[in-house]
Amino acid sequence: MRIRIMEIGVGAFLLAGIVALLMLALNVSGLKLMESNDTYRVYARFENIGGLTARSKVTMSGVLIGQVTDIRLDPEALQALVEMEISKDVDYLSIDSSASILTAGLLGEKYIGVVVGAEEEYLQDGDYFEDTQSALVLEDLIGKFLFNEVSE
Amino acid sequence: MIELVARLGRTGLRKLEAFGLAGIILMQSLIARPAPTVMFPLVVKQIHFVGVLSLIIIVVSGLFIGMVLGLQGYTILVDYGSEQAVGQMVALSLVRELAPVVTALLFAGRAGSALTAEIGLMKATEQLSSLEMIGVDPLRRIIAPRFWAGFICLPVLATIFSLVGILGGAFVGIDWLGIYEGSFWSNMQNSVDFREDVLNGLIKAVVFGFVVTWIAVFQGYDCVPTSEGISEATTKTVVYASLSVLGLDFILTALMFGDI
Repeated sequence: MRIRIMEIGVGAFLLAGIVALLMLALNVSGLKLMESNDTYRVYARFENIGGLTARSKVTMSGVLIGQVTDIRLDPEALQALVEMEISKDVDYLSIDSSASILTAGLLGEKYIGVVVGAEEEYLQDGDYFEDTQSALVLEDLIGKFLFNEVSE
Repeated sequence: MIELVARLGRTGLRKLEAFGLAGIILMQSLIARPAPTVMFPLVVKQIHFVGVLSLIIIVVSGLFIGMVLGLQGYTILVDYGSEQAVGQMVALSLVRELAPVVTALLFAGRAGSALTAEIGLMKATEQLSSLEMIGVDPLRRIIAPRFWAGFICLPVLATIFSLVGILGGAFVGIDWLGIYEGSFWSNMQNSVDFREDVLNGLIKAVVFGFVVTWIAVFQGYDCVPTSEGISEATTKTVVYASLSVLGLDFILTALMFGDI
């Protein structure tokens, strides 16, 4: 029986190593597997997402209401298409709400800020934000500033 | 003067001889291993000894190192308003450097010294020569299984160390200091690459496992068979193993990340 216990221990040890490697692969360096149900999806097209990534925050008045789930290029509009999951509790985003890409701090991460509009109708699962504002790209700003300085 | 040169030459020859013996032990135990049916239970027994029983010290130190990294990273990064980068800092430093190196150091202290003492005592009590007398090669029967066990265990331990450390860092960062969970993990996932970081860390662990076990086994096999000799060999194991781990780590890091 002593031998059996030892072999079970070794088996569990090696298994723990494999599980740890899998978790490192999936959770630390790769994809998430969990999918939450109590959310709905909305989309927004942006000219320039400027460093926004999947799993970035979606906020309203600074309060977290959801996260970005997918970013891809829309081949027809030739713009970035951002898919986000908004919590089901927040079902009062009017259809003329605007989404803009903002930066936390001067050099911090990018996130999406939502400002609601005045319409009575609300965004449903699969709807698009009509009014979007792209990320502020610091290099562009500096470029414009320098150009203005020179032309003056 | 002649005496001095002679002594120097003698020391050099002795070192060379030891190095040769280490190489022979390595070759013999890697190539001339016993049949798998005999080998397997022996290796399992050794994995139990050097791997499973080292698990507690690895998990506890991994947890605390991860938590300290999270805390230190937070206090520095919060000044720049980028505390979301804590996850990436904890994960990268653990996976690339700390997990293989600290695991190897702990392994040298916990398992390497025990291996040396065990084999040294076998030699002192003439168990090794008895084995030879009855026609069993001690290299195959005693050394080879221990060698393989160390080789297998260190990567497994290092992987567990990284995972536990990252979970510890996440615990401190998210649950205690209140970093937003999504940015913590997304920053980490964006910056950690499986092949570049995780696999390179694993390769380091394999190399360290090889070196630490080799040194431990050789020191035990080569020791002076007295109680003093065994204690000296055990000390040498820990010192040499730690030094070669740290030195090799620099070389490996330069090869992997140094763009040479």
